[in-house]
Amino acid sequence: MDSQLLRDLKSLLGPEAVLHRPEELMLYEYDGSVEVARPNCVVFPRTTAEVLAIVKLANQYQTPLVGRGAGTGLSGGALSRKGGILTVFSRMNRILEIDIENQRATVQPGVVNSDLSAAVAHAGLHFAPDPSSQKACTIGGNVSENSGGPHTLAYGVTTNHVLSLEAILPTGELIRIGSSALDTPGYDLLGLFVGSEGTLALITEITVKLTRLPEAVKTLLAIFDTLDDATETVVDITARGITPAACEMLDGWTLRAVEAYVHAGFPLDCAAVLLLEVDGVAEAVQQHAEEVADICRAHHAREVRVARDARERDLLWKGRKNAFGAVGRLSPTYYVQDGVIPRTKLPATLRRINEIGVKYGFQIGNIFHAGDGNLHPLILFDARDEAQFRGVVAAADEIIKFCIEMGGSITGEHGVGMEKDRLMPLLFSEADLDVMRNVRAAFNPQGLLNPDKIFPSKKGCGEIHVRPLPLTGAPSA
Amino acid sequence: MTSSAISASVTSRLCEIVGAANVASDFAQLATYEIDRKLPAAAVRPGSSEEVAEIVKFAASEKLALVATGARTKLGIGYTPSCYDLALDMTRLNKVIAYDPGDLTLSVEAGVPLAKLAQVLAEHRQFLPLPVPFVNRTTIGGLIASGVDSPLRQFYGTARDFLLGMEYVTGEGVATKSGGRVVKNVTGYDIHKLMIGALGTLGVITRVNFKTFPMPLATRGFIARFPTVENALEMRRRIAQSALTPLTLEIFSPRVAELFSSDAASHYERAPMPANVISNTEWALTTGYAGNERVLERFANDLKRMAQESGATGATTLADNLPPAWARKREFVPIALASSPATTIMKISVPPMRMKDALAAAQKAAESSNLGWAAMARGVGIIYFAILPNDHTEEYRERVANATGATQEACAKLTGHATIPWAPAEWKHTLQIWGPPRPDAAQMQKIKSVFDPQNILSPGRFAGGI
Repeated sequence: MDSQLLRDLKSLLGPEAVLHRPEELMLYEYDGSVEVARPNCVVFPRTTAEVLAIVKLANQYQTPLVGRGAGTGLSGGALSRKGGILTVFSRMNRILEIDIENQRATVQPGVVNSDLSAAVAHAGLHFAPDPSSQKACTIGGNVSENSGGPHTLAYGVTTNHVLSLEAILPTGELIRIGSSALDTPGYDLLGLFVGSEGTLALITEITVKLTRLPEAVKTLLAIFDTLDDATETVVDITARGITPAACEMLDGWTLRAVEAYVHAGFPLDCAAVLLLEVDGVAEAVQQHAEEVADICRAHHAREVRVARDARERDLLWKGRKNAFGAVGRLSPTYYVQDGVIPRTKLPATLRRINEIGVKYGFQIGNIFHAGDGNLHPLILFDARDEAQFRGVVAAADEIIKFCIEMGGSITGEHGVGMEKDRLMPLLFSEADLDVMRNVRAAFNPQGLLNPDKIFPSKKGCGEIHVRPLPLTGAPSA
Repeated sequence: MTSSAISASVTSRLCEIVGAANVASDFAQLATYEIDRKLPAAAVRPGSSEEVAEIVKFAASEKLALVATGARTKLGIGYTPSCYDLALDMTRLNKVIAYDPGDLTLSVEAGVPLAKLAQVLAEHRQFLPLPVPFVNRTTIGGLIASGVDSPLRQFYGTARDFLLGMEYVTGEGVATKSGGRVVKNVTGYDIHKLMIGALGTLGVITRVNFKTFPMPLATRGFIARFPTVENALEMRRRIAQSALTPLTLEIFSPRVAELFSSDAASHYERAPMPANVISNTEWALTTGYAGNERVLERFANDLKRMAQESGATGATTLADNLPPAWARKREFVPIALASSPATTIMKISVPPMRMKDALAAAQKAAESSNLGWAAMARGVGIIYFAILPNDHTEEYRERVANATGATQEACAKLTGHATIPWAPAEWKHTLQIWGPPRPDAAQMQKIKSVFDPQNILSPGRFAGGI
């Protein structure tokens, strides 16, 4: 990296806010995915003005620039694929304004998701998107990836909760889109920018809607002896027009891994469980919980447990939200898919995933957002073994292709990033992709910001990069 | 009336693409495609998205301006198009392509009338929560392109919240798509969101994918009357801070009662307004809700209590969510349009707790210009403020321009905005239809250049002169 650029960054931000030694950079070559890419330097701005100055330097030196929150992403969105400056927003972590009466909050991008909910809980409010990594992931990252979470089944994903953004375009323009009022006149730039995976702008301020916490909540655990019974239950719940607040599925193998780690009291001998939650006004919740339990029993649930209190409820959710960490204890590496299918196709798809696991000789665990058909097959492998490494990519591709055949999609909430760009032509024509590329070029004309993400290079299919990953925390799902 | 002219060779090429039976160029037919007293030179009725792409490609090569139309109920929104050579009548694209009731997803062509779609969904006790104005005529494409909202946004949100994907033809005649047909998807940019409310300036919508919803079991309505707007807004605040999640919540100004009992209103809803439900001297809050018997009872009790605590002079629980008042609140805009020779309707948006100040500012602006008005405020912070001039004269034009300008200025101070979706055609150029110039206008222009570099799609109708 240009040593003059490093000097300029240090004089702008102070030497402690610029990392560039190899041992420092190593910490930032990963995110929650299996991708690896090392930046040339990592910077930690404190203010919008500093971010703007960083963008101007990137332009001056024609250096790639990538934004990053907590690095919990699962598609390599916050990795610097072409080196350059990685801009980490962890010091821009202030909640700037909370407007209880209008149910809005304005935050800096580095605010941790669950910190915002904690800050407004006293008023009976919360920020509804709840990725499993919510204790670590940032709202800036949520906005970039349009993150989901278990409760987005009923409450909607991030894009349904964002009102306004302050952002800096890679050309160095500071823009403000949306407003604290609804239906801002003009094109829905918010709809475009939320979920653009950091390829259109660096976000410096976010205004979100706050959602009232439900008056009553019931959490149910339905235990099944066959996988088909569990998936048929989900199909039936959907078809009857019941929208639980959450409808998560864990297969037996994953459950045993989780139980060994979390001790939530999950049964060890079943084929699958559904973790179901209903919420709302008290008079409705009781009835919905009974309806859901009846459907589970009609599909041969061995047992339907209802959490008796907040402690039991938290324990069940702890099992769900720590599942990836639990699996990490069993395998040197795992590969998480994020395919989506129409919910009616759940039984067939789960059967197919199992067949693919057998065919390639991998253990595949399934833990996912069943209610919206968003699968997370976890393929366990040892990336140090070249043959396994190739096999896992083939198996994962086969799963994704099946999802697409079912009328589904390649990613429900993790993003395309640098992981699935080569799969985009399976869903979109070259004309579709060209329009999206042109939109990117309109805001990111030189491609300096987050280069080589989302869209496949036109030269043909690239190699997927999968390397061993030391698994520590629990990435989001 | 003004109309543009095109050469015989253009007409013959259009006939080649869609067949002569689907090209109209005689005055009587073209008159039905009028926008603000402008007529196109021809109207073309494509039968497929391929034909749409062919026509747009041809129009781009000839620099012909085209406006896509559906039921033609909302073409008055926005500025008058600066050029209008072709009307692209989308009503032959009227097929439900796929409907999977078990998965609650739907894919329909743009020309499908909402009413027809509602019938298909009702067979499975499902629906699209989009009871927008002109609901009996509007097409799916028209409702998306116009960006109109509905009373059900209180609970279900707007089309943006359940639109899954879209196919459209760009201004260069390229058929393309974004999103998909599953309920959760982050693959690629959400281009389809840009098309909502864009008035067809970015592309011609050919197909739309939606999430559908189960019909609520039993529904009820509740109306409370209040001496002042503050009382009505206080009840809104109490509902917002409670555990209740009503489906609809609208506040009416006193004059709405008069509008709702007019002949224009009976055109949209034949059943008369129940007596004493709303009055000409009071504000009213109306709300609809759904659930099982116990939930309905809870709503009825809580609403009654909140109405009393907010100073209501009277309250009525209605046995059904679709009594006459509800069809009228859905059709507030067309009823108001028919209620004055020069109705001008502002759409005001502010954070909900600022509705009091926004309403006061709009009321003051109208009354200081001696203009009649009626307002419907949605619980989420959207106000439809109808100015009802007695006449269409230059003097009234000036008064309306002053009143709307002052309101727009006040709303900006309240961190909100006010547009003028409906105004007499010949007044539009003197009004800020889209509000004051926006700081992100340059970004809008970048988007427009990507999708329609020749500027042939609905030119001039949109914000910032797009």
